[in-house]
Amino acid sequence: MILQHLPALQIVVPLVAAPICLLLRRGDLAWGLTLIVSWAALAIAVMLLHAVITGGVISYELGDWAPPWGIEYRIDAANAFVLLIVSGISAVVLPYARASVASEIEESKHSLFYTAYLLCLTGLLGVAITGDAFNLFVFLEITSLATYVLVAMGAGRDRRALTAAFTYLVMGTIGATFFVIGVGLLYMVTGTLNMADLALRIADLGDNRTVLVAFAFLVVGLGLKLALFPLHLWLPNAYAYAPSVVSVFIAATSTKVAVYALLRFLFTIFGLEFSVEALTLTYVFLPLAIAGMFAASTVAIFQVDIKRMLAYSSVAQLGYMVLGVSFGNVTGLTATILHLFNHALIKGGLFMALGCVVYRCGSASIDEMRGLGRQMPLTMAAFVIGGLSLIGIPLTVGFISKWYLILGALEAGWWPVAVLIVATSLLAVLYIGRVVEVAYLQPAPEGRVVTEAPRSMLIPMWVLIVANIYFGIDASLTTSVAGTAARALIGGTP
Amino acid sequence: MTEGLALALTLAIPFAGAVLIGVTRRRPNVREGVTLVTATALFLTVLWLLDGVLAGARPAVELLEVIPGLPLALEIEPLGMLFGLVASGLWIVNSIYSIGYMRGNNEGHQTRYYICFAIAIGAAMGIAFAANMFTLFIFYEALTLSTYPLVAHKETEEAKLGARTYLGILLSTSIGLQLVAIIWTWQIAGTLDFTPGGILAGKIEGIFVPILLALYMFGIGKAALMPVHRWLPAAMVAPTPVSALLHAVAVVKAGVFTVMKVAVYIFGIDFLAVTGASEWLVWVAAATVLLASFVAMTKDNLKARLAYSTVSQLSYVVLGAAVATSMGVIGGSLQIVMHAAGKITLFFCAGAIYTATHKTEISDMVGLGRVMPFTFGAFLIGALSIIGVPPLAGSWSKWYLMLGAADAGHMVIIGVLMVSSLLNVAYLIPVVARGFFLPAPAIDPQPASAGAAAVPANPGGIHEAPLFCVLAPCLTAAGCIALFFFADSIYRLLAPIAMR
Repeated sequence: MILQHLPALQIVVPLVAAPICLLLRRGDLAWGLTLIVSWAALAIAVMLLHAVITGGVISYELGDWAPPWGIEYRIDAANAFVLLIVSGISAVVLPYARASVASEIEESKHSLFYTAYLLCLTGLLGVAITGDAFNLFVFLEITSLATYVLVAMGAGRDRRALTAAFTYLVMGTIGATFFVIGVGLLYMVTGTLNMADLALRIADLGDNRTVLVAFAFLVVGLGLKLALFPLHLWLPNAYAYAPSVVSVFIAATSTKVAVYALLRFLFTIFGLEFSVEALTLTYVFLPLAIAGMFAASTVAIFQVDIKRMLAYSSVAQLGYMVLGVSFGNVTGLTATILHLFNHALIKGGLFMALGCVVYRCGSASIDEMRGLGRQMPLTMAAFVIGGLSLIGIPLTVGFISKWYLILGALEAGWWPVAVLIVATSLLAVLYIGRVVEVAYLQPAPEGRVVTEAPRSMLIPMWVLIVANIYFGIDASLTTSVAGTAARALIGGTP
Repeated sequence: MTEGLALALTLAIPFAGAVLIGVTRRRPNVREGVTLVTATALFLTVLWLLDGVLAGARPAVELLEVIPGLPLALEIEPLGMLFGLVASGLWIVNSIYSIGYMRGNNEGHQTRYYICFAIAIGAAMGIAFAANMFTLFIFYEALTLSTYPLVAHKETEEAKLGARTYLGILLSTSIGLQLVAIIWTWQIAGTLDFTPGGILAGKIEGIFVPILLALYMFGIGKAALMPVHRWLPAAMVAPTPVSALLHAVAVVKAGVFTVMKVAVYIFGIDFLAVTGASEWLVWVAAATVLLASFVAMTKDNLKARLAYSTVSQLSYVVLGAAVATSMGVIGGSLQIVMHAAGKITLFFCAGAIYTATHKTEISDMVGLGRVMPFTFGAFLIGALSIIGVPPLAGSWSKWYLMLGAADAGHMVIIGVLMVSSLLNVAYLIPVVARGFFLPAPAIDPQPASAGAAAVPANPGGIHEAPLFCVLAPCLTAAGCIALFFFADSIYRLLAPIAMR
């Protein structure tokens, strides 16, 4: 009985818990509830992924209204994997959150913080699980609104968080508007909002200018949400000034979910052929992805605030994901889906390490990193391993992503692109290397005595770092799931 | 003990050693004991495997599968056996030397030093016994990363700059070129296993063969083919034992060893010979041999001179692979061993001179031979071996390389090798000649009056370096002589890969 309703519970549990959190008022109680809910969400996601892999696509009719009239939750390998990423990161982040939130946000706002956090989680899971285009928009907005609040909460540490949140609000709203216009146009010509139904009807319409315009609006809207270069301007400040926990969580999940939504529209709704014919893949995504990889990595090298540096690196990494999409073949798409997961592990771990630095030193500027290799050895060791993974050194997850990405480029016959991919990895060597050098080869500033971060922060961080290595050494699970998901997407059937 | 287990142990022993060194960090004597025991155990394990390999066995073990079809696996073949023996055997000698050097110079961070050293040797073992290019690449990167702290060891601005160049060039070539070549190979051949005869024949043709070869050759930055050789002189800021074992033996030999593996087991010598894809490489290698020798002559810093000499000598191995004949392969592989013995001796001597006198410039070393006869004697033997004078080890590798070049019809290369020998004489012999035959400057030397444990920098009391520091070069110099007489057994080990 309860197993049948897992898809609904995935969303309903965090959604209901959010207002309860607000009512609890006490920060520690709210934290406890959020923790339990996150772990429950992870358990549900694991069960769903298992069910999808063994039993095929799950279709769940919300309120027993049959699609295409009612809202359908439709889960295949691709979104089950995304659900796992989101809930998994959340489950690891929350034990870490307690100490970090306590040090960065004033106590009266803690229950508000966890309420917003749960709403954000609900939205992200919702975007991933839903099979309805308008429902996806709703969840996207829940996520975005909650994220604006979460980012603004960084004002306690740095007032610039407020302008960052405001910029994000403006850019995010523009993106949402574009998206909803796109959905509206599709509804106009097809009369349906169900994704599976949309796919069928768009195929029947043939050459239709309205569909093309809708496609353009959707791509731009989602491009803003996923920070596709050059629509990434909101991202660096939002990541840099948000509270550490929020940086970890949104860096690891929110842009990933937007990438997933893009994949869903490109491949499931419009179909590979349409996306290729509209020239989006080759002439829009490919150059933008490469430009983003180079520009953002180069900018990252010159950042003083290391959180900001990682934020620019995220823009570059999103370039990798979009690049995988642009190849239009299964290997490239596998690389993208793999990198959704792998990059969540990498950036999650790295932002957690910076969170530990902020917790002890109050800031994550490069000057503050001096001598930390001796004073916070576990934190900095985690940063080094995470950094190696970001560069793509073998036996880390970053390498696996890069392997498939380059393979995808070669399969598409674009070997110069393969060379460009590795060239950007070298830029990552530069920006990670400079932090490592400062941390290990320079003496600590006079008079600063800091110790290792508390265990409640170290353990979640190392869970992610160990996962970086584990899934880098034995990638058979992730590659097979990503491969299945990619084939399902390119095959066209949701 | 089965052979598969022994093979896995060659990886496990150094890494376990690294952990134990960390555990015993508070007691330096125990810690150094761990290093010596680990090194000996490793060498004995490799030696134990030798008999089977000589008899034709190819023990293999698969550790785990990273991506479906792409396992981390080990397998011994003759070339790897040879490299494994050289690296593990010289680690013992080098550890003895390290103890003398690090203590004699009061170097800091000794625990980190010994840990990184053990990891580096473990990585070298992984390279030696890798069963496929993917495994080799992983250990290749591990070797780069584990030696970075060793190069930056002194933590001065100069050391940091050197280490940055070191890491920058090695990582950018390996990720930027080698990885692309590997993935390309995987894409067209569907496998990365080292297979006798190569895996590429019939899979790739035309202009792409030399392009792929170029991606490999410049991607293997550790082979120091010009123009990607800059990291090697930069690495000379490291303590001398690091330069000795890693930058005369393990790291650079890992590079040329990889070149050999790629030529023999990925492309296949016959495929290279038929397509002529390595023709350009012959000339690049020959140019490196000569140019690096010229640069070496201009260097007054002894370690810098030795570094450029290494760049030059490494390209002998590349030449051996590039001429694509079986004699060339034999000559190149012999060079891996012979040059290792000779060059490590020279570095040991450079370090012994530094420990005893704190002198680094050749022009300051006038007359030192009279007070440090053992050190300079060993230097002479090492130098003569590098030059290729019988009855010393280096003569054999030159002999076979010339045969290989003749087989391939590259008469010019024979000339290049001869000129190179003359250049070697020109930049190595003066060091010894000035040491022995010129009188020392007037302020030096007063009679050695200080005790055996005197401060090394004591200007009045120059004498031989600490026992450990002198013992090591004498051992390896003796090795240079012994290898001349044992070249036949190495030839027999290598014959199966070249005579197919």
